[in-house]
Amino acid sequence: MKKLMLATALVALSGMAASAQDTVRIATEGLYPPYNLVNDAGKLDGFEVDLGTEICKRAALTCEFVQNDWDSMMPNLNSGNFDVIMAGMSITEERKADRLFTQNYYPPATSYYVAASADVDLKAGVVAAQTATIQASHVAESGAQLLEFKTPDETVAAVRNGEADAVLADSEFLDPVVAQSNGELQIVDKVQLGGGVGAAFRQSDTELAGKFDKAIGEMKADGSLNELITKWFKDKAVLF
Amino acid sequence: MFSQCADPSTLSGFNWMLCYLTSGKHLLFYYSFGTVLILLAVTAPVALGFGFMGAIAARSHSRALSLLGKAYMLMVRGIPDIIFFMFFVIALDQAFETGLHYIRCPDWTEPIRTGLEFKVCPEAKIPPNSAPQIFHQIYGFALAVVTFAIVFGAFTANVLYGAMNAVPRAQLETAEAYGLSNRQVFRRILVPQMWVYALPGLSNLWLILIKATPLLFLLGVNDIVYWAQELGGSKTDSYAYPHDDWRLWYFLFLLAFYLAFTRVSEIVLGRLTARLSHGQATMAGEAMRKAAA
Repeated sequence: MKKLMLATALVALSGMAASAQDTVRIATEGLYPPYNLVNDAGKLDGFEVDLGTEICKRAALTCEFVQNDWDSMMPNLNSGNFDVIMAGMSITEERKADRLFTQNYYPPATSYYVAASADVDLKAGVVAAQTATIQASHVAESGAQLLEFKTPDETVAAVRNGEADAVLADSEFLDPVVAQSNGELQIVDKVQLGGGVGAAFRQSDTELAGKFDKAIGEMKADGSLNELITKWFKDKAVLF
Repeated sequence: MFSQCADPSTLSGFNWMLCYLTSGKHLLFYYSFGTVLILLAVTAPVALGFGFMGAIAARSHSRALSLLGKAYMLMVRGIPDIIFFMFFVIALDQAFETGLHYIRCPDWTEPIRTGLEFKVCPEAKIPPNSAPQIFHQIYGFALAVVTFAIVFGAFTANVLYGAMNAVPRAQLETAEAYGLSNRQVFRRILVPQMWVYALPGLSNLWLILIKATPLLFLLGVNDIVYWAQELGGSKTDSYAYPHDDWRLWYFLFLLAFYLAFTRVSEIVLGRLTARLSHGQATMAGEAMRKAAA
């Protein structure tokens, strides 16, 4: 009986509005301002949410943003729980092996090492980075001891409370953090990583990826992408 | 929420705090307490049901059923929770969708699995892509309840299995001597008497379940720990209410919540134990009898 009820509920749930135009579900992390964040109204917001909305308007798609944990992004994408990842994901050769990227919608960015004092040893010390990011693999390769955290915010907190000597993350994320730390934190080194930030798709979704790619190309050409970047990244913006 | 909160940058002191604590994000934080309580209220009875069936199966005279019950207890208890919550949920979701795929799209020719990808026809998606986000959330929550129930059901099954074996054999033999059938002995003698033996184990599980709710975030449900972390983390001026790292305060608040909740649970469980011990052939039951006499 219970099983029957469950089955009925599932069928009812899956039958709803199946005829309506298929929605493209875009996943983001919501923890990486200004790329993506949950604003004070509790809604997803940020550069990527604005950009995604604009892309969908241009490509005449119905889109919805959903929040997903960074760690389980790829299994959920492959499982079809959403169709696109726009979560500050840098384009790398390694990642291209199991997913499809659009052209970058944010130029290859600088990553900062941020620490509490200028004399930290970045080659042998403890460096914090977010799990499964290009920064984390860079730290692992650099010979420093890597301390991984699930969220970007925790990596900064680790430096503040002395758990790590430094943190490596995107400059866009760290710039306001350093600026508003009252001199407590400072930038000690800069590195260039990755090929810019792009939207990621399942490998078989070439058609949808093509539509996104085309819209991004158009926005680059008419300058509206630069406008969006300036709106969110303010004076630290890197333009195309 | 309040009209003066329209422009947070002009606020200060008490007003700032008032507006901050009633922002949309904070309201979601307060609602998430409800989510956790609902999860507990639904999961506990379902897990008890799973556990009861598991224990009965393990005690069954049928060899196949007994093996099935024991395998359930052993396997689920042995697999780390984090693996269960990361992969089992996706597997469960894919199993439902595969089933629906064969029913709804018999003519579909493309393979369901190519490499890492899992693709069923759009009609078989649960819920469909075009459904509002709230249905996706409800579905995610339902999957979470099922997963929690399966995991905690296995532990419950083990506790109940032990409790059933702890009921003195003499009690059952007496019932049999009176001519009660196996089924009657089980229903009227064994089950009513086993709870008192099961209760310490069950109360442990209940307290562990309360503390396990942060695993919800792995399942895409934003629970109280997620919100505490998100709201407490230092905020730059990308947000309307910038502040430093306030996670300590949020987590202290959660600590108080969890302590209060477990304390209330302990009181209720204590009363339940006293009630169930009444008239039982245990030391506690014997002590109560003597005190009354």
